[in-house]
Amino acid sequence: MIIPKLALRNMLGAGAKTWLNGAVLSMAFVTIIFAQGLYRGFDAEVSKTLIDAEYGGGQYWVEDYDPYDPFTLQDAHAVPAPPLRALIDAGRAAPILIVQGTLYPAGRVLPVAIKGIDPAQRQLSFPTNVLTASGDGIPALIGSRMAKSAGLAVGDTVTVRWRDVRGAFDAKDLEIVQVMTTTAQTIDEGQVWLPLATLREMAAMPGEATIVVLDRDASPVAAAAGWSFQGLDVLLKDIKDIIKGKTIGASVLYAILLFLAALAILNTQLLSIWRRRKEIGTMMAMGVTRGRVIGLFTFEGALNAVFAAVVGAVWGIPLLAYLAVRGLSMGANQGDSFGIAMSDTMYPSYSAGLVAGTTLLVFLITTIVSYLPARKISKLKPTEALQGRRA
Amino acid sequence: MSRSAILILIGALAASAAAFAQAPSAEEILDRVDRNAVPGSKILVSEMTIHGRRESRTIRAKSWIEGEDKAFTEYLDPPRERGVKMLKLGDRLWTYSPDTDRAISISGHMLRQSVMGSDLSYEDMMEDRTLRDAYEARVAGDEAVGDRPCWVLELTAKSGDVAYPSRKSWVDKERFVVLKEERYAKSGKLLKTLEAGAVGRVQGRWLPFEAVFRDALKEGGGTEFRILSVAFDAPIPEALFTKASLRK
Repeated sequence: MIIPKLALRNMLGAGAKTWLNGAVLSMAFVTIIFAQGLYRGFDAEVSKTLIDAEYGGGQYWVEDYDPYDPFTLQDAHAVPAPPLRALIDAGRAAPILIVQGTLYPAGRVLPVAIKGIDPAQRQLSFPTNVLTASGDGIPALIGSRMAKSAGLAVGDTVTVRWRDVRGAFDAKDLEIVQVMTTTAQTIDEGQVWLPLATLREMAAMPGEATIVVLDRDASPVAAAAGWSFQGLDVLLKDIKDIIKGKTIGASVLYAILLFLAALAILNTQLLSIWRRRKEIGTMMAMGVTRGRVIGLFTFEGALNAVFAAVVGAVWGIPLLAYLAVRGLSMGANQGDSFGIAMSDTMYPSYSAGLVAGTTLLVFLITTIVSYLPARKISKLKPTEALQGRRA
Repeated sequence: MSRSAILILIGALAASAAAFAQAPSAEEILDRVDRNAVPGSKILVSEMTIHGRRESRTIRAKSWIEGEDKAFTEYLDPPRERGVKMLKLGDRLWTYSPDTDRAISISGHMLRQSVMGSDLSYEDMMEDRTLRDAYEARVAGDEAVGDRPCWVLELTAKSGDVAYPSRKSWVDKERFVVLKEERYAKSGKLLKTLEAGAVGRVQGRWLPFEAVFRDALKEGGGTEFRILSVAFDAPIPEALFTKASLRK
């Protein structure tokens, strides 16, 4: 029990040095927890947006469909397999038909993916219900990015040209019934949403779909011939990989912060051992074993981590809590420049595991850098120490 | 009724019957148009001027065409496009770019893309079915285009796989050349127009030396097509219509 008491007394006795170490270490603590929390929040936000707006509880893709290759769209359509039709009939899945087309806003040519969706679907959270609007033209829903690039607004009429299933050209006027604002540009840019029944009729593809989106709590069906299931792990893989890559990149920052903090601790320990060599010699002469002396200095160093955790908690908890509630403004449409569904304000998300893990990491590093200089004491002879010689 | 009145009536009836007997049927008109447009073989040098929203550019090319199925085109100008080649064999198409030294197969949806930003798609250029094969025709009347009297034909696709489900063509009554055409979508919306300019005779065939294609839904001056020189039934080496010739 004597070692902890001695260590605590020595640490408190160090005064400004202890505060300096605590401040540097606490900054490392809080910064790491904040940055990791920001990535966690970012991951949660983007995943939720994509699940709500596009992925639902997973998707079935018709054979030949490749979302990254628009040239596959020509053949990527079929009547959903019976198990999928049963889910659709029960209102637990939403079929979406995708047809390649060309939009002619104000005489310009704009290639688009024309997407047909049931206005009454409940799987995706965007305003498909507006597609029931009855008017002269075909009701069309577009996103704000699409509206901007095409120069379209609610109430505008625009001609769309497409080819039906046999390759014959057709063209009709669409009426923009709503411009939706969404952070998911994957349901916005280069896309026009129409009522499913209308698009099926336009393309002469009765009952057909390109993808089927499941309810969030629906389980994949046993077998759907001609259709392949894409779970959220697959659909969100790209975004997870991006976030993972960014997290790894941020680790460099953590390493620099921890290195600086470790350097401060190491410097303190080296100075401490140098200044207290007579004390060390006395302790050894009184029968304190080398191991216990090493333990004392290592413990003193480790106490710095505990002190830093307390200091970090004092200023970090209110700051991190504030940021978690108010969020961090990223600027308007910053997500678009990254090509991901990121909202204008990011809300960091912290977990007990994150805080505990960071604390443990800092504690371990501090203990190791405290142990390394203390190890030298083992080579010191009590007589030399008492004379004030270095080991 | 007097004897002279009866004679006039008989004369008028006979004249109109003769006129009807002379007017070819819609199918016959299409046959004549097809015969004019699709010779055994031809070698032509042409220019295509694409009028964009901001600027116009002209591309010159030489084409070797054998019947309906084989065509080889090499771009001669401007320098940026020089050496680009296209080979069509039946319903397959390849393009070759000297910059990449690669031949790319154009298929599926890519055939619907515009050729070098023009108002024509690869499919438009590959159209190999004769009008008679693809369309039912009806003579809707006659009308002059410029100073040329024309038959107005209404064409309706025989099957659902024809790109333009209906067309309206103005065919020169004497030369059997399409002087004007409107191509429509299934809904009846006008999609593309063609207006022929100067028509000339080469080796007994009439053909338009100038034509303007326009995407009717798009703004812009359309795409002008000019034939600078043409030779019909010229011998074309069979080796030209192979993928290997793209790299030569």
